Amino acid sequence: MGRVMTETTVSTLTPPRAARRGWAGQAGRSALPVLTVLAAIVVAWYLAAVWMNAPWVRDQAARAGETVTTGQLLRATMAQERPVLPAPHQVAAALWEGVTGQSVTSKRSLVRHGWITLSATLAGFALGSAAGILLAVGIVHSRVMDLSIMPWAVASQTIPILAIAPMVIVVLASVGVTGLLPKALISAWLSFFPVLVGMVKGLRAPDPMQFDLMRSWNANGGQVLRFLRFPSSLPWLFASLKVAIAAALVGTIVGELPAGATQGLGARLLSGSYYGQTIQIWSALFAAAILAAGLVWLIGAVARLTLRRMGLAR
Amino acid sequence: MMNRPEPALHLSQAPAAPVIEARGVSLTFPTADGPVHALKDVNLSIGQGEFVSFIGPSGCGKTTFLRTIAALERPTAGTLTVNGMTPDQARRARAYGYVFQAPGLYPWRTIAGNISLPLEIMGFDKADREARIARVLELVELGQFGSRYPWQLSGGMQQRASIARALAFDADILLMDEPFGALDEIVRDRLNEALLALWARTGRTIGFVTHSIPEAVYLSTRIVVMSPRPGRITDVIESPLPRERPLEIRDSKIFAELSHRVREGLRAGHGAGDD
Repeated sequence: MGRVMTETTVSTLTPPRAARRGWAGQAGRSALPVLTVLAAIVVAWYLAAVWMNAPWVRDQAARAGETVTTGQLLRATMAQERPVLPAPHQVAAALWEGVTGQSVTSKRSLVRHGWITLSATLAGFALGSAAGILLAVGIVHSRVMDLSIMPWAVASQTIPILAIAPMVIVVLASVGVTGLLPKALISAWLSFFPVLVGMVKGLRAPDPMQFDLMRSWNANGGQVLRFLRFPSSLPWLFASLKVAIAAALVGTIVGELPAGATQGLGARLLSGSYYGQTIQIWSALFAAAILAAGLVWLIGAVARLTLRRMGLAR
Repeated sequence: MMNRPEPALHLSQAPAAPVIEARGVSLTFPTADGPVHALKDVNLSIGQGEFVSFIGPSGCGKTTFLRTIAALERPTAGTLTVNGMTPDQARRARAYGYVFQAPGLYPWRTIAGNISLPLEIMGFDKADREARIARVLELVELGQFGSRYPWQLSGGMQQRASIARALAFDADILLMDEPFGALDEIVRDRLNEALLALWARTGRTIGFVTHSIPEAVYLSTRIVVMSPRPGRITDVIESPLPRERPLEIRDSKIFAELSHRVREGLRAGHGAGDD
């Protein structure tokens, strides 16, 4: 997982090109292709659900000595309690039930589990982004840090997070630290890296002439950082924050998988798989995906507003 | 003829002391194909209030020489003084404003905000900054445009704003590296005229890099002709033109003769090279 994240990180870290149209206009223009793809996925999903759930229906029928018509078979594959692959409407219903079906304090509420995951994600994201930015500032200003930190940062991301996460949880639990912090640390582990890479590039983005101008005004390092490097790096920062927040969510969910966790979307995934509750797994999965999409969208919106105000996205 | 409000000359200096003095200045870059002599044995002395143009083909070291004056490059041999100091001391004393070929304005700051930037860095207080911004915007005829953003201005106006920025902190010396090179000829003519007017009003010492013969002849009190491989000065031409120069002066016989001499100088320098 760590390895995959590293590769996506590097390829996603080009700053957004000038966005001339408003996002509403863009949404209108891109709605049709998106909906077409969505419809195709739903159709394929239904077909797969029928195909994968049918053997169980036939087995049951054979055991009862009955024969099933195609119509019965189709209906039966859509309404199983523990299907191999739940149909889209079953997942949607479970998702709706999980969000609105009970009070948000209930142990079955997806809002409650979602909030627990979200809070650790945001904490980890904040920690990781701050670490990434600080390390990038250090790397840009110090050749020693440039040579010493970067290899370790890259190495840290080649370690599979699935191997590290249980150790972090167990070690911290043994010293009495449980709850949000261990998960946030795993989340920060994954999210600092894209920010580090993006900010190193962003802080070095101004062209040499801009640095010469600063030098001609006898500006000190702090002033160059504040007036030139940091504002110029914002397109890179926002691009990397988008990657980082998604990575932070993955990190938190992975942190919720090890034994003992009873709360959060990761715990829902795990308990679902213990008891063969495929619908629960899928609804938790979709809750996580919706959460991630919402977070990425939020950062995108902040980025658009900020960059447009700064004249960097014109 | 040049009454500066605050004479920045050091009183200990004799009035005739040069503002910029180069003696035997050389600059060699080591490269994979052996050393490149960007500058070789450059001797030049520039007095207070002079307008000196550096002209020559690319690779002749004209930009490099300007950059060594600004302490953006370091000579490998010879001595160079600016206001009697080393270039680096002069840089720290904020002795010069530098104008590049591109305006280099920050898109996230207004024109006034851009001019304010060096002033903020240098620690001028807010009231002083505002007074200076208003004054230099007036000097470059951008009085109405302080609150606009750079993208709302034409290329020529942006370059004027960058000149205003270089003038805002009262540096004695204005170093300009092909400031109008990216602009069309009509805009360039206007800016040349404006620059002369500005020079007359402020009495700054100006070092001006260009590859346009008419521009060099029209603007300068002295034209330094340079040639490449190694980068060196091949001719220094004193301009007999009066300081007051209407655009029509470019149709005069004396202007044509000067241009001819510069062209000859460039050709001679080029012939002495290896191609």
